[in-house]
Amino acid sequence: MATGSPKIFSHLSNGQPGFSLSPRIDQVGVEERASRFTKRSIKKESKLNGLKLVLNMIDLTTLEGKDTDGKVKQLCYKAMHPHDALPDIPTVAAICVYPSMVKIARKALGDSGIKVASVATAFPSGQAPKDVKIRDTKYAVNEGADEVDMVISRGKFHSGEYNYVFDEIAAIKEACGDARLKVILETGELGTFDKVRRASDIAMHAGADFIKTSTGKIQPAATMPVTLVMLEAIRDFYYKTGKMIGMKPAGGISKSKLALHYLVMVKETLGEDWLNNEWFRFGASSLANDVLMQIVKEKTGVYQAANYFSVD
Amino acid sequence: MDKSIKKSSLTISENGLEKKTSGKRLEVLKTYKIYIGGQFPRTESGRYYVPVNAVGKKLANVCLSSRKDFRDAVVSARGAFSGWSGRAAFNRGQVLYRMAEMLEGRKAQFIEELTQQDASKAKAEKEVNLAIDRLIYYAGWCDKYQQIFSAVNPVASSHFNFSVPEPTGVVSIVAPQNDSLLGLVSVIAPVITGGCTCVVLASETKPLCSVTFSEVLNSSDLPGGVVNILTGKPSELASWFVDHMDVNATIYCEKDSSVKKMMREKSALNLKRIIFYDKVNWYTEEGQSPYFIMDTQEIKTTWHPVENIAGAGGGY
Repeated sequence: MATGSPKIFSHLSNGQPGFSLSPRIDQVGVEERASRFTKRSIKKESKLNGLKLVLNMIDLTTLEGKDTDGKVKQLCYKAMHPHDALPDIPTVAAICVYPSMVKIARKALGDSGIKVASVATAFPSGQAPKDVKIRDTKYAVNEGADEVDMVISRGKFHSGEYNYVFDEIAAIKEACGDARLKVILETGELGTFDKVRRASDIAMHAGADFIKTSTGKIQPAATMPVTLVMLEAIRDFYYKTGKMIGMKPAGGISKSKLALHYLVMVKETLGEDWLNNEWFRFGASSLANDVLMQIVKEKTGVYQAANYFSVD
Repeated sequence: MDKSIKKSSLTISENGLEKKTSGKRLEVLKTYKIYIGGQFPRTESGRYYVPVNAVGKKLANVCLSSRKDFRDAVVSARGAFSGWSGRAAFNRGQVLYRMAEMLEGRKAQFIEELTQQDASKAKAEKEVNLAIDRLIYYAGWCDKYQQIFSAVNPVASSHFNFSVPEPTGVVSIVAPQNDSLLGLVSVIAPVITGGCTCVVLASETKPLCSVTFSEVLNSSDLPGGVVNILTGKPSELASWFVDHMDVNATIYCEKDSSVKKMMREKSALNLKRIIFYDKVNWYTEEGQSPYFIMDTQEIKTTWHPVENIAGAGGGY
């Protein structure tokens, strides 16, 4: 695919819409709407169910340069046994690791049903040639990854080379085979809601199964307004094509209360079909413990302390 | 010019809209808010109560804190713990001294508030003076109690074995109801001297000084979250103060035996330490002692292997 001259998709024969014509986002409106979701009162039984749902939607993540086999095994154990004192709570949705750790995670998780997600494509910067990214992806899938979290080329996106970004996502999707593809937009580097919306449209049309806010390495990471913009892009895409796309906010969601606000936002934007870990995930590490603490608080009536929960 | 001012402050205007006003200035009353994490929020619950003094005068509208305010305060106290306990002991002493300085500077206000809360002028002045002196007293102890209470222990193996006091963590305090300033300062000071952080429920009936004291704390280099002060009802909050799993010790200063029993029972949940100061007279010498610091300290013993120089036949 030529990358020199940026083309507008509507000029191409492939039938894709013109992404430079993606809807403009009303920033004030989005922020106002997002803040409304934080005003819902969720108590007692529904809170407990919400918390369990949140736990079941977590991609328990470790993406550190210092990750070791032992750390990944430990995290896998935590994924399968979030809190042994509570037998009737769900497991998390997936473990999210670097490609080199996929095999260890796959083996550790066994037949628990918990998915292995791997970041790929020169995560987190994405600054590598396309063939390297494709090999990175194939390696992760061959090692046993059920899901691939790729990053888009933000540099190319900012220089207007939307075709390049589109083609790259499509190529990675092909390399994924049966693995589900999550496309990380890294909204903290995109700058405006307009660009977030445009990147979302590109990713979904190029074959993303999920769109994801952030790598967790850049601030700001996931926020409610930016997630709302992406959820609305998913909704519009669904109305247009009938195809469901998943959503994964990642980074900066570490408290249960905030996670419940996100669930409210999903329910009121996309509806209940998205309220399961097939279509909605939280990329987080410390969120799991906070959710566990709140669940124990709901069950015992006593406020909990972090040092009675496993370190992860 | 002079005439018109007088006219406007005393008479009704021609159209009748301007009411007769006196020349006396309307006083701006202080809003008494709680102190959490170095901030002065209103209670999350939005509730308030109106304590009255002995002659029936309303003291103020005071926040009626809820268990969620307490929960937030514990989060702040836990967050502040590593920083405060990690400070050089000498520096903690400097901060306590600074608190005393700031209290001295606002002496008149405290005396005023204490007299509103039924104290005589002389008693109020004595209470404020003692409170200042108490802070100075504990400021001095900050870097000294460790030496007094540490020990090198004799052991039979080639180990250097020593025990040192370390702060236990977050302490919840139900402050004395009556000595609303001196009692408050006397229970907070030893706790923070030892490097602990705390959440305090101030006197329910006499809360004015506690809120003003938190303003002193806020202007005296004490990091936010080290001391958090709530106002409200012990009857409502005491059980939360003692069964929170992230609280390491609870101090109770009243004589209510049913509350004491409840505290003893609930403390079993995480084996937190329960300390009763119901018999202490804060006005006397017994109201200050390094042993108050030790009430919220844990003794840590370390076995440090040493080379048995004589046994190895070597030497320097």
